[in-house]
Amino acid sequence: MNSKRKSIFKGEGFVNFSSSILAIICGLLFGFIILLVSNPSQAVNGFLMILKGGFTDGMKGVGDVLYYATPIIMTGLSVGFAFKTGLFNIGASGQFTAGAFAAVYVGIKWTFLPASIHWLVALLAAILIGALVGSVPGILKAFFNVNEVISAIMMNYIGMYIVNLLVRNYIYDPLKNQSVAVAQSAILPKAGLDKIFAGASLNIGIFIAVLCVILIYVILNKTTFGYELKACGLNPHASKYAGINEKRNVVLSMVISGALAGLGGALLYLAGSGKYLQVLDIIAPEGFSGISVALLGLSNPIGILFSGLFIGHITVGGYNMQLFDFVSEAIDIIIAAIVYCGALSLLFKTMIHKIQMKRAKKAEAKAVGTDKGKEA
Amino acid sequence: MEYVIEMNHITKQFGDFKANDDITLQVKKGEVHALLGENGAGKSTLMSVLFGLYQPEEGEIKINGKTVKINNPNDANDLGIGMVHQHFKLVHNFTVLESIVLGRETVNMGVLKMEDARKKVMELSEKYKFKIDPDAYISDITVGMQQRVEILKMLYCDNDILIFDEPTAVLTPQEIHELMKVMKQLVAEGKSIIFITHKLNEIKEVADRCSVLRKGKYIGTINVADTTKEQMSEMMVGRKVNLNVEKCEMNPGDAVLEVKNLTIKSKASGKEAVKNVSFQVRKGEILCVAGIDGNGQSELVYGITGLMPLDSGQILLNGKDITKESIRQKCLDGMAHIPEDRHKDGLVLDYTLQENLVLQTYYTDRFQKHGFLKFDAIREYAKELIKKFDIRSSHGETSIARGMSGGNQQKAIIARELDRNPEIVIAVQPVRGLDVGAIEYIHKQLVAQRDAGKAVLLVSLELDEVMNLSDRIVVMYEGEIVADLNPKEITTEELGLYMAGAKRSVKNEQ
Repeated sequence: MNSKRKSIFKGEGFVNFSSSILAIICGLLFGFIILLVSNPSQAVNGFLMILKGGFTDGMKGVGDVLYYATPIIMTGLSVGFAFKTGLFNIGASGQFTAGAFAAVYVGIKWTFLPASIHWLVALLAAILIGALVGSVPGILKAFFNVNEVISAIMMNYIGMYIVNLLVRNYIYDPLKNQSVAVAQSAILPKAGLDKIFAGASLNIGIFIAVLCVILIYVILNKTTFGYELKACGLNPHASKYAGINEKRNVVLSMVISGALAGLGGALLYLAGSGKYLQVLDIIAPEGFSGISVALLGLSNPIGILFSGLFIGHITVGGYNMQLFDFVSEAIDIIIAAIVYCGALSLLFKTMIHKIQMKRAKKAEAKAVGTDKGKEA
Repeated sequence: MEYVIEMNHITKQFGDFKANDDITLQVKKGEVHALLGENGAGKSTLMSVLFGLYQPEEGEIKINGKTVKINNPNDANDLGIGMVHQHFKLVHNFTVLESIVLGRETVNMGVLKMEDARKKVMELSEKYKFKIDPDAYISDITVGMQQRVEILKMLYCDNDILIFDEPTAVLTPQEIHELMKVMKQLVAEGKSIIFITHKLNEIKEVADRCSVLRKGKYIGTINVADTTKEQMSEMMVGRKVNLNVEKCEMNPGDAVLEVKNLTIKSKASGKEAVKNVSFQVRKGEILCVAGIDGNGQSELVYGITGLMPLDSGQILLNGKDITKESIRQKCLDGMAHIPEDRHKDGLVLDYTLQENLVLQTYYTDRFQKHGFLKFDAIREYAKELIKKFDIRSSHGETSIARGMSGGNQQKAIIARELDRNPEIVIAVQPVRGLDVGAIEYIHKQLVAQRDAGKAVLLVSLELDEVMNLSDRIVVMYEGEIVADLNPKEITTEELGLYMAGAKRSVKNEQ
């Protein structure tokens, strides 16, 4: 029994998990200090509000958390998947926006489709366009050795401006400077979720996101395809040596990554929550949140699911915090601080390792007569 | 007799594990004292103790008869101890001169004053015939030159006790020879040298006395002149080691691999790294490509295996033209490749051992079904190979490759390549950096392939390996094959002449 429990605590998974938790604690403490500085008298109340997050408003709050978490789980998966295959997809924003536009366009214009599949086609369009946008940095990387970070950043701008242009030209509502509303048949089904989480804008998007998490987990860990992708990410030279087509895999990896981000865009803008594509010169923040989510989840699909939910949780807390005269932007600072600490997760990992080593040494010193030969 | 260094009864522990267990090392003034031991015997730990990087649990260090405490490398430096590390510690975008004075710059009001330093460095360089260009950038000079910079660095701060940590591992035979001369000159001037190595020939050539370590324990100190190589290797390994590879008469059959007029341009320089090379390897034969590092051997192998594009030429495997085939197809046709750089090409270091063992076969029906990996089959297979090839690691098949020792990493690659039952094995420096036991094992495996009627193409920089193992030798010099030799008919010296380009016996037919 005891030894079994120990082995859980020694596992790599535990170390990863606890390093993320440490990062979260440090980030929250930093956030508390910020609250203290800006308004000392209300800091404790505000901070408790953040911690309670989605649990303040009963089921509505929980529903809101799931709603906020859905798109960032998708972009988080997009970034995390690329990380696992050795690529840094900083272009999730562009892919997200492009996917969102494709979904909204289909949702507005293709009303000739039967109502039952209208939203499905819209999602497929988002996947397709997201993949297309993602493939550009992939192709440039594979065949011309262009760093994907640079080309993906450029694709963010290209995506944003083209979408602005297309919205203006085809689906523009000039009064509100945004896209017109999508047809009712294109809005994602609620599947009864609106009854369970009354008042929240929740729909089946969260199920789709969870499905994607499982899918990506299976691809990465169970299939030959995932084995190839990870091998290329970890060591492209050895992959080439082993006869793996590393160029094809770089492109495919970016295509999948882009598809995930694009789908994320569709899930947000087809939610029927009153969100429209606005014609603003701002790069979609969901893509960058995706980087935070992926970092905090250590690029593990399951980790990303939970870190996405957590970020959703404190985002809702951030809105509620406004009751105490705080601006909701404070929550962005806290998320940033958590991600900062998350980037230090390597440091935390080594710290945890050291503590474990010390404990192990003590335990071994106690046990007499165990002579283990070990190579230096 | 006065000793310059006395390390008495040094014990250094890491947790439970004694890296050094009651080791005594006594170095006389003006001698080359070799420190011999296999990988992991505790040589580096002992030197790190002397250099102040580790603090020993027990034992004392005396320098020139006085007990000292060395807390860090600066203390060691003050005591006149200098070290040339196995992996050089140089700044690549510094010039030679800047690298040498680094940490001991002379300044005038915060402005560097290099004139004095330059004068002293040039004097030293001339004295030891180093022929060094003080204004060349470290990144532009050869590995041999970089080592000279490291040596100059030690001499520049007037160190009297010099530690050389496996200095010959990265050098060509000629450079090794030069280094030996320099070492002799240094001791003649009264400096003392500790020479860490596991190459017996070099000890024989240059060392006066030799201390042997094995598995962290002190085995003994001997006079090199009175001891044979066989005795030394027995002390080092703890059993009799056969330094000569045993093999039966060659029984060559048809050509397996045929290379015709191969030309490869180097990507970096645009020069022809391999010029119009032709040869064949037959069944039951070990063909060795000898040559000094950088004469086109690496490119030749990259070209044959498909890692580098060819400019012209043709490659046949059992009569089938495989010039244009993909790497995977070549692999399926029966080509096995033990790469030069096992970390870069041979292994995915962050994958587990079992994942690495199926690097070329994961997609076969044995290990996958409908695109899903069969983890049970992979584990079983890995266990089988681990047993068959005696691969040792801490967690068996689930060990991460990065954490395995070099010898066992190489064994893993060899297991993976040979178990595919290839027609031809292309092995590039398969024993580089490995200890005597592992070398013996890997050589046996290659000979077993040959005896089973397979072809082996071996690329090696080490003359001993070339002479011992090969049935036929081709020598490469500046991208061309300059000799096709029978190892029984030539001497090592002759081979060295071919390698240096001083002699050639094969006309380059067009």
